[in-house]
Amino acid sequence: MKHRQRQHLPLATLALAIVLGLGSVAHAVDNTPPLADPVKQQRYLALTHELRCMQCQNEALADSNVSLAADLRLEVHDLIAQGKSDDQIRDYLVARYGEFILFRPRMSLRNAWLWGAPAILLLAGIVIAIRVIRRRSQLPIPDDEASDAGTDA
Amino acid sequence: MRRFLLPLGLFAALVVVLAFGIYNAPRNGSKEILSPLLGKPAPAFALPKLLEPGATYDSGSMRGGWHLVNVWGSWCVECRAEHATLLQIKGEGRVPIVGIDWKDDDATANAWLAQLGNPYDTVVTDHSGRTAIDWGVYGAPESFLVDPAGIVVEKQIGAMSPEDWQTKFLPHLARKP
Repeated sequence: MKHRQRQHLPLATLALAIVLGLGSVAHAVDNTPPLADPVKQQRYLALTHELRCMQCQNEALADSNVSLAADLRLEVHDLIAQGKSDDQIRDYLVARYGEFILFRPRMSLRNAWLWGAPAILLLAGIVIAIRVIRRRSQLPIPDDEASDAGTDA
Repeated sequence: MRRFLLPLGLFAALVVVLAFGIYNAPRNGSKEILSPLLGKPAPAFALPKLLEPGATYDSGSMRGGWHLVNVWGSWCVECRAEHATLLQIKGEGRVPIVGIDWKDDDATANAWLAQLGNPYDTVVTDHSGRTAIDWGVYGAPESFLVDPAGIVVEKQIGAMSPEDWQTKFLPHLARKP
């Protein structure tokens, strides 16, 4: 028994090393110095998670270790430090890279129909359902049920 | 039979919408992103010149003439493929090329130009990457055609082939004011 436990020890150590290693890798991506103000740092973290890394495209700015992402993180960091609002920073980046840099697209006239489509389809579905139910309720009652109803009357 | 007409019509409409989306998708998949810079003034910059240490190049001096702004780096593999096209454009002599050496080491950049030839009229160094961000650059090489009024009229993402130059860029120069 004791022998078996000892055999498992290296495995456990390895697993621990992997877990600890992963943790340190996840932290090492963003080397931008944190902002002194915790509120601003919170905004920085939120913004870098909702902005797209343009080079890797399916990664957020916060999670990417390509050099452009590091530059853009620094840019966001500096703009917050300068007292720019979240919307001003989004506008700043959209003016350079286009709407694509936003993971959450903004509502505009061009995509309003897309945002409205679920509600419109739901409404259309309800209207159709009501009309079908109304029409069905006015149909003559089928034969077998009709004879039952007849005996009741 | 008529009750199937509405669903069939809706389905056909959906097919048309999806087909439209597929055929109008960018040629290179989602990789190529339209620049919001097209039709807008070229972002200003004042950066050190690579080949004249101590000297600064101001983008304001591009005013009054056509310029091709090319973002490159000696670390960029695709730029090597594009280099021949740039040399050809230089040979044509129709438009001066301003190179923005993006996040590069000056020594390797100089060695690159010495080895492959220099197609640029001016090369500036963007060590911080700030100017590249202003231009909305997300990968090298990228090229911008700037008109005499300082407006960006064309953009190439990725290596420019002689065909790209012929079909996308030269027509703009033909309507030279």
